[in-house]
Order: sequence, then C-alpha cells, then structure tokens
Amino acid sequence: MLSLMIVDDSNIIRRKIERCNDSDKFRVVASAANGAEALDLFKQTRPQVVTMDLTMPEMDGIACIQQLMAMDSNLRILVISALSDKATGIEALKKGARGFLCKPFTDDQLLEALTELTDD
Amino acid sequence: MSQETLQVFIDGVVNYFQHTNDKDVKVGTPYLVENNNPAAYDVTGIIGISGPYRGCVYFTAPRILLKHLLLSIGEMDTSNEHIFDLVGEVANTISGNARSRFGHEFMISVPVMIEGAPNQIHLPSRMRSYVIPVYWKAYHAAVVICLEQ
Repeated sequence: MLSLMIVDDSNIIRRKIERCNDSDKFRVVASAANGAEALDLFKQTRPQVVTMDLTMPEMDGIACIQQLMAMDSNLRILVISALSDKATGIEALKKGARGFLCKPFTDDQLLEALTELTDD
Repeated sequence: MSQETLQVFIDGVVNYFQHTNDKDVKVGTPYLVENNNPAAYDVTGIIGISGPYRGCVYFTAPRILLKHLLLSIGEMDTSNEHIFDLVGEVANTISGNARSRFGHEFMISVPVMIEGAPNQIHLPSRMRSYVIPVYWKAYHAAVVICLEQ
C-alpha cells in the first residue's frame, strides 16, 4: 500500500480525493491546504505519492513541487489543477511532477491517473 | 468581448456540471449589465484576472443550488464552510479551464468568496459585465464576466 498526501486549498476537493482512495492501494497520511503546510507535513509523514493543486495561497503548487523534489527525488506527484494550458502542464512536469489531471474530474479519472502514476 | 471569448466560459460552466451526478445543465443567452447593478445570488466566488485580460470572473448561486451541487459531487456535508468552498472552486475551475484557450498569460487569483447583497461586489463603473445565465435542476445561477483587453 502506498502512502498519499493530498495538497489542495479546497477542503471539498481534499475530501473527494480521500473518498476516491478508499481502496487497498493508497493510504492517506496527510492533507494540506497550501504548499507551506505541505512541506511541513511531508517532513513528518514522508508520503510516497502526492496529489498537488497549483493555485493556492501562501505557496503555490509549482514552488511546492520544486521543494518536495529537492527533498525526495523519487516522490511521485500528480498535479490536479483547473489550469488547463499546455505551458503550465509542461512546467509542472519539468519541476518533477509525473502526471497531470485537469479539474473537474470524475472518480474514475482520478483513480486511472493515480494508477498510471504508480504503475510506471 | 467576442462571442468566441464568451463561449470559452460557457464551455467551462457546462464542463463543470457535466462532471457531477446531475449533468443536465442549460446555459441561457448572455446579456450585458451595468456594473453599478451587478448580478448576484446568495453566495459568490470571485476570481481576479490579470495579464492580457484584466478584470474578474465570478460564479454566483443561491445557497440551495450549492447544497444540491455538493450532494451531486458526493459531498454529504452541506455546511456553510463547504458552500463557500464550492462556489470558489466552481469559479476557479471555470477560470482555470479558460487558459486552454487564452494560454498561461491569463493569470487567475485564488478565489474570494462573499455572501449577501449585490452591492458587496465592487466592479469598475466604467465597464459593463456579461452575465451568462445557468439553469440546473430547478435553480438559476450565473457566471459573470467583467474583462477588458
């Protein structure tokens, strides 16, 4: 079972991702509302997989990805964002994210994206 | 504002509702309003826009629509906190999705959520806004676009 941290400033999105992951593949170990909180929780819980929003207060997702990858280059990060332009997706991938899921998303789309992220 | 620009936001709101369990959403004909009389329902999520376009995009809806929308995305907790969270998330998603058409220079802020009378929404008086009516279930809501290039 893989440990998962959810990073999103929307509580309803965090809860939606938690509900989707009610399986034996992932165990949610942390849930953060912005990049700064995510860095603190990452140090405490050391998750193997992260879902990352991009537009957040205090520290945005791109800056957070960069700092998380500096701490653990094997970390698997799935960006989940409404920002649907190609340049943003490419920037996230360059910083170390391994996948990109555009909001809005269905439960099936999330599970498929997480499975692709962890199967490669 | 061109029809093509408005269509980006119409597509955004339809796309949002089509990812819920009650996909049957209808969008009315957009119309112009003076900014001294902004369109608003009970709760509003506002996104500031900067870059080549400047202004704001907001989603405004009655509380009862947002409660049903929460249930429709699988969220059983329809507390006030979640209603505000949702109206901001809808506004953020519609605005963020617009970047597929306008590119990454279409900069969006984090949402600001407000409740209450329309006079709490301050829009530039020299501009007018387009209102896109949204019909979902038995409820009315709106996406409002106040942008200049």
